[in-house]
Amino acid sequence: MIHSLFLINSSGDIFLEKHWKSVVSRSVCDYFFEAQERATEAENVPPVIPTPHHYLLSVYRHKIFFVAVIQTEVPPLFVIEFLHRVVDTFQDYFGVCSEPVIKDNVVVVYEVLEEMLDNGFPLATESNILKELIKPPTILRTVVNTITGSTNVGDQLPTGQLSVVPWRRTGVKYTNNEAYFDVIEEIDAIIDKSGSTITAEIQGVIDACVKLTGMPDLTLSFMNPRLLDDVSFHPCVRFKRWESERILSFIPPDGNFRLLSYHVSAQNLVAIPVYVKHGISFRDSSSLGRFEITVGPKQTMGKTIEGVIVTSQMPKGVLNMSLTPSQGTHTFDPVTKMLSWDVGKINPQKLPSLKGTMSLQAGASKPDENPTINLQFKIQQLAISAGSEKSNFRSFLAASNTLMFAGVIVLRLLGHQAVPRTDVLYAISPESSRDAVPVYTLTVAGGHLESRALKDLKVSQVTGNN
Amino acid sequence: MQRFLQLPGAVVRPGGRGADGADQEASSPVLGPEGGPPPWYQALQPEELRRLQAPEEDTTPEAPLEGPCPEAGQGQGQSQNQNQSQSQSQPLRHDDLKEMLDTNKDSLKLEAMKRIVAMIARGKNASDLFPAVVKNVACKNIEVKKLVYVYLVRYAEEQQDLALLSISTFQRGLKDPNQLIRASALRVLSSIRVPIIVPIMMLAIKEAASDMSPYVRKTAAHAIPKLYSLDSDQKDQLIEVIEKLLADKTTLVAGSVVMAFEEVCPERIDLIHKNYRKLCNLLIDVEEWGQVVIISMLTRYARTQFLSPTQNESLLEENPEKAFYGSDEDEAKAPGSEEAASTALPARKPYVMDPDRSLLFYHVLSPPFPTLAPVLTSLLPTVPLHSIFGPPLFPPSTTSCPNRGAQGPLTCPLRSEVQYVVLQNVATMSIKRRGMFEPYLKSFYIRSTDPTQIKILKLEVLTNLANETNIPTVLREFQVQARGMDRDFVAATIQAIGRCATNIGRVRDTCLNGLVQLLSNRDELVVAESVVVIKKLLQMQPAQHAEIIKHLAKLTDNIQVPMARASILWLIGEYCEHVPRIAPDVLRKMAKSFTAEEDIVKLQVINLAAKLYLTNSKQTKLLTQYVLSLAKYDQNYDIRDRARFTRQLIVPSEQGGALSRHAKKLFLAPKPAPVLESSFKDRDHFQLGSLSHLLNAKATGYQELPDWPEEAPDPSVRNVEVPEWTKCSNREKRKEKEKPFYSDSEGESGPTESADSDPESESESDSKSSSESGSGESSSESENDDQDEDEKGRGSESEQSEEGGKKKTKKKKKVSEGQGEASSSEDGSDSSSSSSESEETSESEEEQERPASWRRKTPPSSKSAPAAKEISLLDLEDFTPASVPPVSPPTVVSTSLATDLEGLTLTDSSLAPSLLSPVSGAGRQELLHRVAGEGLAVDYTFSRQPFSGDPHMVSVHIHFSNSSDTPIKGLHVGTPKLPAGLSIQEFPEIESLAPGESATAVMGINFCDSTQAANFQLCTQTRQFYVSIQPPVGELMAPVFMSENEFKKEQGKLTGMNEITEKLTLPDTCRSDHIVVQKVTATANLGRVPCGTSDEYRFAGRTLTSGSLVLLTLDARPTGPAQLTVNSEKMVIGTMLVKDVIQALTQ
Repeated sequence: MIHSLFLINSSGDIFLEKHWKSVVSRSVCDYFFEAQERATEAENVPPVIPTPHHYLLSVYRHKIFFVAVIQTEVPPLFVIEFLHRVVDTFQDYFGVCSEPVIKDNVVVVYEVLEEMLDNGFPLATESNILKELIKPPTILRTVVNTITGSTNVGDQLPTGQLSVVPWRRTGVKYTNNEAYFDVIEEIDAIIDKSGSTITAEIQGVIDACVKLTGMPDLTLSFMNPRLLDDVSFHPCVRFKRWESERILSFIPPDGNFRLLSYHVSAQNLVAIPVYVKHGISFRDSSSLGRFEITVGPKQTMGKTIEGVIVTSQMPKGVLNMSLTPSQGTHTFDPVTKMLSWDVGKINPQKLPSLKGTMSLQAGASKPDENPTINLQFKIQQLAISAGSEKSNFRSFLAASNTLMFAGVIVLRLLGHQAVPRTDVLYAISPESSRDAVPVYTLTVAGGHLESRALKDLKVSQVTGNN
Repeated sequence: MQRFLQLPGAVVRPGGRGADGADQEASSPVLGPEGGPPPWYQALQPEELRRLQAPEEDTTPEAPLEGPCPEAGQGQGQSQNQNQSQSQSQPLRHDDLKEMLDTNKDSLKLEAMKRIVAMIARGKNASDLFPAVVKNVACKNIEVKKLVYVYLVRYAEEQQDLALLSISTFQRGLKDPNQLIRASALRVLSSIRVPIIVPIMMLAIKEAASDMSPYVRKTAAHAIPKLYSLDSDQKDQLIEVIEKLLADKTTLVAGSVVMAFEEVCPERIDLIHKNYRKLCNLLIDVEEWGQVVIISMLTRYARTQFLSPTQNESLLEENPEKAFYGSDEDEAKAPGSEEAASTALPARKPYVMDPDRSLLFYHVLSPPFPTLAPVLTSLLPTVPLHSIFGPPLFPPSTTSCPNRGAQGPLTCPLRSEVQYVVLQNVATMSIKRRGMFEPYLKSFYIRSTDPTQIKILKLEVLTNLANETNIPTVLREFQVQARGMDRDFVAATIQAIGRCATNIGRVRDTCLNGLVQLLSNRDELVVAESVVVIKKLLQMQPAQHAEIIKHLAKLTDNIQVPMARASILWLIGEYCEHVPRIAPDVLRKMAKSFTAEEDIVKLQVINLAAKLYLTNSKQTKLLTQYVLSLAKYDQNYDIRDRARFTRQLIVPSEQGGALSRHAKKLFLAPKPAPVLESSFKDRDHFQLGSLSHLLNAKATGYQELPDWPEEAPDPSVRNVEVPEWTKCSNREKRKEKEKPFYSDSEGESGPTESADSDPESESESDSKSSSESGSGESSSESENDDQDEDEKGRGSESEQSEEGGKKKTKKKKKVSEGQGEASSSEDGSDSSSSSSESEETSESEEEQERPASWRRKTPPSSKSAPAAKEISLLDLEDFTPASVPPVSPPTVVSTSLATDLEGLTLTDSSLAPSLLSPVSGAGRQELLHRVAGEGLAVDYTFSRQPFSGDPHMVSVHIHFSNSSDTPIKGLHVGTPKLPAGLSIQEFPEIESLAPGESATAVMGINFCDSTQAANFQLCTQTRQFYVSIQPPVGELMAPVFMSENEFKKEQGKLTGMNEITEKLTLPDTCRSDHIVVQKVTATANLGRVPCGTSDEYRFAGRTLTSGSLVLLTLDARPTGPAQLTVNSEKMVIGTMLVKDVIQALTQ
């Protein structure tokens, strides 16, 4: 399937190549470079490029192109998904996946790649298994290795590989048993100029970090599971149980993983927590335009809106802007015509605003296009159903808006912020010990965005190792 | 071409080259500090390096070359020259590495290997280190070893001879107790692509395919395509291995072996039959990559094996829930009943989905989606849904799968690459199945942050989805987008508006107005695009839009984009009669600027001139001539040609008269309006989700999906595997139910059955002793048959332990092995008593594996042709050729079978439950005394034959005799008063019984495994008699045949409470074999089980109603008391049986 892999940085240098079958000359990448030159932005390089004898499938992440060379028919998503998995694995191994880091750890990278594919077919892609085969480099291990002469390469078959739960290794032990669940929801909305919502959707994910001893079997239930559309689970979740009882029941992988992602499409439920007042006008005769936007909170249930960033692509005709923000900082790039305003927190008493004038090209008539306004924001701990004292977990509502103006305002709310995991959701301690098999029971009720909140988490019946 | 492209690159990127040079130097151990060399990429100044390098480079003539263009050398990679020059220019550093590799210190070796691997990763040539590296293949340090493997895989192809040095290490590795080492040795061995070692690889793969560890077997599956690509002559052998691995039950192996199957022998779809259901069921547990491969394979399978779903569309609409899930439940519960289900259903419905296909649907398509890695979710629906279920398939209400797949990925914050691929597929699907996506229209709204290619695809989908109802919203969205800033995208949007307008008549005017508004846009490109689209739209109804044409005519002054100008000119020319005043003026303007126009515009000017000349020659004659003269001297020969051609055509002259008469027809023929179609229109002949589909061109290795078959191929081919994965709890029942089928289909079990039935029939016909011994022999022989099979199963099992795979077709080698074992154990059982002990010990060892083999044996369906074949094969060699499947009357015969067989001469009358030949196990008993019955005497016997109609019933023969002097009329059974559970199948009414006559009738009674009496009324026309039949416990069962091993195994399960043991002293009369057997069988309807020792008697039977086993063992030692043991789940029956048997024996 996958013949070779080339890693190419944005300046067009191949800095790593790996072949799983016979060697493919790196000149095959010329076709890729051609496409790269044609595309104005890196994101616009087509993911699939046919060449006379090969096909190049690429993904672009962390400013690196991962270009897979294939020779025969294969589902393109198969390859693309695998490449993403490679990137995820690197990230998992090295913390970040960047060109210098890959170059630093080239041997580990090579070993990992060797394990991930055999003859072009994925072999071991669970990071749990990989980490047992090839241990991730740490400073401590490097020191130990130099002293003891041991290696980073495991000499036993990873236990997970043969078990029915390949995502979890056996013999996990922690002194503190903890489980963290982050609920991150993102609003994605388009709003017209009068402020009414055209479409709005919520994308949610539950990311978990589970550090529990043995083979814990967890169940997790929701206040209102009906609202979850389009759920997509980690393979560990027992699907049948979800189908019948709407309960998440699973033996979690060890460490970080994405438990599920879901989608809430019901429009009426989505209350957009911010609004943008706009006053942008161009005049035909004058070379000056007026620009004013104000951002304000709406239905935030008393939470502060943080991390607000407003960006806007101004029309070509705008030469420069002289603006004064009531808070935060702003920049305008006259070349790309990109205005960005880092607002920070919104204080409901004193709404942040950005006012000023735009200088337009003299003599030119008023621009046709509507400036687009993007808005990103975060709301931490938006736990609305604060009925329970234990609802001590945070959720993040991250979003961004796009405002389109002059004619139609389209609010586009997109959130792509990786929120750093900082909060402990539950600290779980063994209640009783029986035959060294800890038994956990835990019920935590928590609320979040009203009805679709997590109801409780139960760590039931922990079986022993194996 | 590549060279061309590459060289400028090298020139253009001097910076890159410099860094490159630095890398090379930095990776040299010479330059690095001794202890911990710096990361190899660490930059040094190129100038510095050159200085450092200078003395070394002087020695090589190519050195100067290396400096200026190392990148070019890289680019051509294969170029031997460059490689050499490179390696020659670095002799010292490689010497250094070699030295490090030669030391004894693992740490130094490791360091060297790490640097070498880094070189490989960079794409540098490290091939001259091969001899030094290959030496370390046997290194103890596992990381060094791993890196050496990496190196070998990369370079072995180039240095085949040297690579051979490493082979013995791998061969040793293949025998390592550590499964990881075995697997990695196989991986490397199969990856090094040296043709000489093909036989070794073949051997290794074969061995690994039966390895204990599933991980090693998985590796073997991976190795198959590697070997195949190296030497396709091995195909046949590889297919054998694939076949073997396909039978593997571990999920780990499944994905890999299917992948191998797809690469090596995708045409051998017959290999899948037996594994089809297993694969469907395993699928959910297979890792996601394997799932993808299996699903695509199953897709193809479905297309060849099942009928097209479009045929039963109506059915699905009607009752989809039932069609899918109902049949599936059947499937899960009792695969055996599926024949029944599928035969029963067609009667009701015209077509019914093959249960196997619903299996595919249920197991394959619906559940895995959410459990898969989120992104693969999107892949799945696009692949199989469409291709398996064909066009309009799911009524949207019944399944959410398409939605989940199609829409989920778009709304999830997905990676743009994935979105790109998914949207491509959605675009194709949305043409034919709009309904599937319509509810999610808004998910396809374009966001300003999307990359252009995604935007364009979304636009495509939106356009495809637009219909009468949603067009206003779609158009509004388009309008917004048309004012965006992304030029390419705006152009695409305008085209999309045009397509909507052509597709939906109602909005055509709205669209046209919108487009005309865009004409005043300041951006030329937008205007040009609008013009082109307007032109297409106007072609549909030109008459109504003279205004627009006029407006367009004005635009010729401003628009500079050639395509737009050309379009306007064409429009004016085409519809010049609608704008009679403006057209000549436009021509005048164009004639003025003719020389400055683009070619495409010039051609249209000529066109316009010609058309005007034809319609309005008075005004335009001169202009036309002027234009044509200009064109005549144009630089472009197309234009010159066109001018010449036009002139001849329109200007009347002496020679060209014939054509010029038709000029008007030629130029002003009505032209059909263009159909604006999606570029995705014809893509659906490629399988969705495939690379070919994405590229809209056939990719290498693309396999067309076969068309649905006309006739459904025989579904029974998939039956064989059924019992292997069904739940054990079902097994009992099924087995019971299908026992008749079992005995029927198996010639092999024939002799044994006869052994059981013989004694009875013989006891009747009083030809006992001679046949007794005969039957003993035949039973032991048949047992051997059976053991053979067991042995064989075990033989293969011990080879691949837990796999326990069933071999459908035996390999020669296997057979001979099996024979070896079988014959040895045969000897044992033949020389019975002497070796019985050793047998027993071996049995206890095998106890573990037994369930598997037992299961293998018992289910009927697994024992069809192939099994029989095996047996005969063995028989031929082991025994005598005489043992051709003997046909003899089985005791337990299904009723229908019995009647069928009635006519056969081979089975004599004793087989069928005939009314006229009474047989009895326990002698006649009186039911009604003739005094009490007023002349009617009724006796009954237990015939010990299966009751026709219900296998759970004991068949009772009832003998009527009329001792009165009047005929007795209307003999029948009146209302029975039965305890719960009991039931009676009445005998047919006997109309009349003349005085002195007697008659026999058969009735069936289900005693429910109890000795409760069945009370019923016996009615004549005049009288009613209350009678009751109480069965002796021995009649509540039917004999079963089993081998000694099975007997012991079953006995082992029925211990404790279920075991009843009594001691007894056998009277001297009971010392001979056949008397004991006769007495026991007379007491209880049991079958004798062959026994190794002479003093032990074993009997087995099953209770009729519940089918629980009753095992009876009599240990009649010559000295001391004998011991009677009964093992049965039914303890009451067991206790009573012991009592009865002891009584019978001691009397």
